[in-house]
Amino acid sequence: MAPKAPLLNTISLKGIEIAPSQVWGAIRIVPLLRRQVRGDLRLAKRTYDDDLTVVSLQGKPLDKGLKYISYVPHGLVPFWNEEGQPVAAKGSQLVADGQRFHSGPVSVRVLSRMAKREARNQLRFLPLHLAMEGFLSLFFSGPDIAWSEYSKQALSQGLSPRTEWSVSGHAIQGLADALRVFEIHEHQVGMLLFVSEALASAFITPTPEDYRLLHHSLLQDFYGELLYQYGLYGGTVPIQTHVDETKVETLADLRDAISSLRQDWADFQGLMASDLLQRPVESKRIYTAGPFTLQRFITDLKLKAENHIGEAIVRNDGQLEYLKTYRLSAGQARRTYLLSQLAAQGWHLERTALSMGEPLENFIYRLEKAGFGYLINNQVREQAQKARRCD
Amino acid sequence: MASTWIQRRQQVEREDLVMFINACLSCTGQREFYDDAWGQKLSLDFLHDYILGNYRLLYTRTLAAGINHFNQSQIILKLLATGQHIRPEHREEEGALIAASLNALPPQRAWKVLEQIRKRRINNRRTRAITRDYITQHQQRLDFDAVKYRSKVRAIATHNHLKLPGEVGSFLFRNWPQRFETSLFEQFRKAYYSQDAIYDLPFTVAEGLAAKHQIPRDRFLARIEAQMTQAEKVRMLQSTEHDHKSKLTVDLKRTPITKLALYCLSLSIQDRQERHAELTKALEHSAQAALHRAPLRLEKVATVLDCSYSSSGSNEKRRRPLGVALAVHYLLQAASADYQAFWTSSVSDPLLVQSRGQTDIATPLLDALDTNPDIVVILSDGWENDPPNGASEVLRVFRNHIDPSISILHCNPVFNADDFSVQALSPAIPTVGLRDAEDLPTVLGFAQFADGQSSLTDLEHYLKVRVQQFLATFHLNHGS
Repeated sequence: MAPKAPLLNTISLKGIEIAPSQVWGAIRIVPLLRRQVRGDLRLAKRTYDDDLTVVSLQGKPLDKGLKYISYVPHGLVPFWNEEGQPVAAKGSQLVADGQRFHSGPVSVRVLSRMAKREARNQLRFLPLHLAMEGFLSLFFSGPDIAWSEYSKQALSQGLSPRTEWSVSGHAIQGLADALRVFEIHEHQVGMLLFVSEALASAFITPTPEDYRLLHHSLLQDFYGELLYQYGLYGGTVPIQTHVDETKVETLADLRDAISSLRQDWADFQGLMASDLLQRPVESKRIYTAGPFTLQRFITDLKLKAENHIGEAIVRNDGQLEYLKTYRLSAGQARRTYLLSQLAAQGWHLERTALSMGEPLENFIYRLEKAGFGYLINNQVREQAQKARRCD
Repeated sequence: MASTWIQRRQQVEREDLVMFINACLSCTGQREFYDDAWGQKLSLDFLHDYILGNYRLLYTRTLAAGINHFNQSQIILKLLATGQHIRPEHREEEGALIAASLNALPPQRAWKVLEQIRKRRINNRRTRAITRDYITQHQQRLDFDAVKYRSKVRAIATHNHLKLPGEVGSFLFRNWPQRFETSLFEQFRKAYYSQDAIYDLPFTVAEGLAAKHQIPRDRFLARIEAQMTQAEKVRMLQSTEHDHKSKLTVDLKRTPITKLALYCLSLSIQDRQERHAELTKALEHSAQAALHRAPLRLEKVATVLDCSYSSSGSNEKRRRPLGVALAVHYLLQAASADYQAFWTSSVSDPLLVQSRGQTDIATPLLDALDTNPDIVVILSDGWENDPPNGASEVLRVFRNHIDPSISILHCNPVFNADDFSVQALSPAIPTVGLRDAEDLPTVLGFAQFADGQSSLTDLEHYLKVRVQQFLATFHLNHGS
């Protein structure tokens, strides 16, 4: 039995090169190249084309239990070879996945689990939704001690139903055109997507062939609402690169200067993505498949910085085979931050307010503004409102 | 002070003109890889109006500069529409140039120009005279044109109140007798009523009647082959409806080189491999034929050719930039004593080239400069991204610090609507538009004005000489 792949502490692009970016409007796409492709893991897209998808997280698909509900345009199907032999690409549509229900013009698909093994060497998971589900389920059970400040609903059901919303890639202005005119490199396996110079998503596949087929699927993914605004109002900063002509005597010097120019691009773009690439992440194993592990992660939460969630398939030598990330919008990060602060203080409101250095009524006001008013007892909310008015 | 003012004005005028001629060499108002058709048309139309308003004489003379047919048509129409602004001393030259260019246009384009005159509601004495002269000069093929371009000729005759000779009038205006004397009209009359008679007509005419008679497309195509022209056959071979079992007999060697290159690129890699010898021979033959028409002799040449994904063009100009690159490759190979090509991605066999991958011009450019050639021709749409500005920096440093003697030319098949010009790789070298590889000799002659070294007087002189040559050939052919 091969050793299990390690859990990710940071996202490192080991074995992956960063190539110079291509810009279209407010969109900057940075290609990621992999020179040595093993080919023992392939990824295929399975299109769903339903208006709504219900994923049952516990129990049988149609039984009662925890459900994840969203629009899911496609799933991803990895298949692999445990002996390290290359596997041929094959269709992903052969299996009937879940059950479909029609109601007038609307179709609903009911799927079982976020990640499900379909054959000995084949898995199916829902990209980004896997990470989003992990994000939504953080602190999901709610207060574990029945403090009297909480509402009945919070005590009996926890945070359920927990909702977040985001926008489709189609809504980000210029993204469709940017993906259309993007020139895919020969060895390209992934990309870093920047909207107005802010990292929107990182995407890595196991092989260049898979990437070519999945390139346009980025348009169907979802993005934080902030990036939609950035697409509307933002732009890219022109980056000027120059060769120092005083150091160039011959053509060979010029050739060296150009290759160092290329390296500068790689370094600089790595720096642009440092809020993802150099941040500690907390990850959780979802599925172990031979030498590969599917895991999801979240960067440590900082209110003033970019925060990402994502999922990855990691080989047992630590190489990233698959990666997809989602940048949390400011509101999403704030909500999780508040919950994490509460959880750290055993869900005690006053202690948490004290630890954050603000009066209780302000803290309650923040919770309400973040959309967690339903967790708190109405009486406590009214008291807090009154106290704020008196100030 | 006054002299700098004049110098500055001349510089602006020269830059405007170079920009305009470059646009006229490359743009056709169609969709490109990076731009949509609307943007291209809008941008070009503005440029035409701007040059016409400011430099009418030079605008007129551009007709003789070897620009593409689309822009020739635009210039003719705009000149005819604004006849009142002409200066008396230029009237004669302008009239002669319009008539000569209209005559030199292929018939379908010339008829379209005349039809556009009606659509744009241009109606003045000069326009009517030019239309009348065109029809008089094409008397001998008027019967054929009246059948092939029925609606256009009818519209033109109505608009200009023309008396059409012979049976043309009664044919076009449905005053059909029991039997036409003219055989073509009679064939058309028969085909109008009978399915079997359509196969004697030219392909495009028969196509319309076949639809009228509801003949299935495959049966129609199988029988009409004998009536298809060379260009129609090549177009049919390229189209998806072509039945691969049927054998269209096409003499590829007679196809112009850019069209032939585009045809080769439309084939699958496997087909290209199987027919390698035949296609290569046809391309070489076609290159020789192009050089025979416009001679070009060069010594040591290196080319840098862009085969990145953006050279796939658009669905209106499918693979056009790559096709031009391939045609330039064969043309310069035939024209030079020592030739080497460098593609943006490794290409072992130019015939098997595909538009794929990023645009890395810097590396092939450095390889090309390493061979120490007399002239380097870069063919690219001017967008580079691996690294961005790489080739631009190579050109700047090479020109200023290493070797200013090698002449380097950038040919760009794509008009950039945003800045009314073809996108330049670097200001250090001249950039010129190029729509057909056959125009390369003309473009090489024009390139000296594109890099900003020569003065406005030189450019004016160049255009004047081109006009004289152009009018001389016209008078030679028409003996007037």
